[in-house]
Amino acid sequence: MSFIQEMEEYRDLDVTAYHASLTDADIAAVLGRDRLSALDYLALLSPRAESHLEAMAQKAHRLTLQHFGRTVQLFTPIYLANYCVNRCRYCGFKAENKLHRKKLSPTELRAEAEVIAATGLKHVLILTGEHRKMSPVSYIADCAKLLEEYFTCIAVEVYPLTQEEYAQLAGVGVDSMTMFQEVYDPLVYADMHPSGPKSHYPFRLDAPERACRAGMRGVNIGALLGLKNWREEAFFTGLHADYLQRNFPDVEVSLSPPRMRPQLGGFAPVSGVRDKDLVQYILAFRLFMPRGGVTISTRETPDLRDRLVKLGATRMSAGSSTAVGGRATGEEETGQFEISDHRGVAEMAEMLYAQGYQPVYKDWQWL
Amino acid sequence: MTDTLIIGGLELESRLFLGTGKFGSNRMIPAVVKACGTQVVTVALRRVDPKYQEENIVSFVPEGCVVMANTSGARTADEAVRIARLAKAGGLGGWIKIEVINDNRYLLPDNFETIKATEILAREGFTVLPYMSPDLAAAKRLVEAGAAAVMPLGSPIGSNRGLKCAELIRIIIEEIALPVIVDAGIGRPSQAAEAMEMGAAAVLVNTAVATARDPQAMARAFGQAVAAGRGAFLAGLGPVGRAASPSSPLTGFLDG
Repeated sequence: MSFIQEMEEYRDLDVTAYHASLTDADIAAVLGRDRLSALDYLALLSPRAESHLEAMAQKAHRLTLQHFGRTVQLFTPIYLANYCVNRCRYCGFKAENKLHRKKLSPTELRAEAEVIAATGLKHVLILTGEHRKMSPVSYIADCAKLLEEYFTCIAVEVYPLTQEEYAQLAGVGVDSMTMFQEVYDPLVYADMHPSGPKSHYPFRLDAPERACRAGMRGVNIGALLGLKNWREEAFFTGLHADYLQRNFPDVEVSLSPPRMRPQLGGFAPVSGVRDKDLVQYILAFRLFMPRGGVTISTRETPDLRDRLVKLGATRMSAGSSTAVGGRATGEEETGQFEISDHRGVAEMAEMLYAQGYQPVYKDWQWL
Repeated sequence: MTDTLIIGGLELESRLFLGTGKFGSNRMIPAVVKACGTQVVTVALRRVDPKYQEENIVSFVPEGCVVMANTSGARTADEAVRIARLAKAGGLGGWIKIEVINDNRYLLPDNFETIKATEILAREGFTVLPYMSPDLAAAKRLVEAGAAAVMPLGSPIGSNRGLKCAELIRIIIEEIALPVIVDAGIGRPSQAAEAMEMGAAAVLVNTAVATARDPQAMARAFGQAVAAGRGAFLAGLGPVGRAASPSSPLTGFLDG
């Protein structure tokens, strides 16, 4: 079983032609439905649907309230290591970039954890570049075990693992994973990932599935917006989320819509994604998967993130850094990309309270 | 004679239970509790953080309320049992609402795993209130397993669709001797009243109150609706007919 087989069903779909065929009446009909088909979702991602954004927003807001209440979960990323063997064109950590390569020792990790734990956060996302020698699964597992002294929920965003390796991490308390396919179009994918293990498209695409089979409670997926036309990438990301939910009904499926940010190497987005496009994507996804989570990172500006609270966001990072270490020492290291929202946990909580929302610091604990 | 609900040895005057998962601020919980008069408040152990009292949801539940931990997040009986034990060890008392849900699209409970968890926890001395899909056979097994009440859903969690499962709930009320507490899907006070008129022992509401424009006012309305529905049930509701019926159409001739 693989999502690739489902993607094949849409191989001959001409998204542009489909979008061009839609009328306002078609969009209104979709908005009137309780359950949306895949093509309904695609319709809501169309240029035609752009003029229905307010109606989409009202419905998406109501659905988010119903299913998630007035709450937003807060978490923060911890970059454990930035060694990487891949040559992804758009990434600040790609192998050929000259930057200080680093990996946190247990002492350094503990220092980072103490700083973060003092903010009240209980959820962390740990990340590494892809380097099986410098940041093997055993290292990731050891870091997770150490962090469990401070946090109740550990998620991983690392290189694609085998099912056994995901089970190994689940066995030490890692309860969810994030995996960005980066770009669902196989040809663009091949161009963006010319060498290294990441050039293996199917292995990466099937990683969330392997994690689900290994017993992880949650998977968070996404495409890196800017590598290809966002409407098509949003469509396949939504389909992927729906596929995972159908096949693994007990897993909490969520989606991130990360937009490209400036990074070491200076790769510029190939395709533009306006704020309006990002909002349309999030709203369409909410209507397609009412119980799907939506994670918004500090790639986005404070003002936009504030607005997204009532537009479907269910999880947000706070006090973020995309560099390895630095919270405890204050040293400046090169991050994976530039962040836009530098607000700490207290400021994010204040923002949420001001909007009538409860920040959720703890939403699970390892049993 | 006072009409009270007896569960787990406790006598309750209010037949409205309140869920706390979706409020825009934990700080509003005390006012909401006061507004509706609830005496049982559920909290998800997944949200309870004794190390961070400022945001620990339990610290906002007024004294005098029964805090009923729920096993939200449990996907199996085993996870539900572990959560319940953690809740008890954490000082949350012996009442536990079992929620075993391995369906993230509709949040429908797994009755089979719920029965398993009920049996284990009842044996350990918990006062077990299992959340279930309304199915008479499952309800009977929950009774045998030692449940203190059964909690069939009205509609899926968060749907606000009311008593879509009314007929199945009615059957359970008629056939099961334990209190039947309708939980999930109640979107309006009128739906809560309807459940009480049917003979439900109580209702549990979360989404409809927490996400209302004015949660305190909505809680008050729910409190009134539950009392009204219960009052109507006790007063004896008249039969419901589809058409007008004259007083003695067929047998009137017998009276000479």
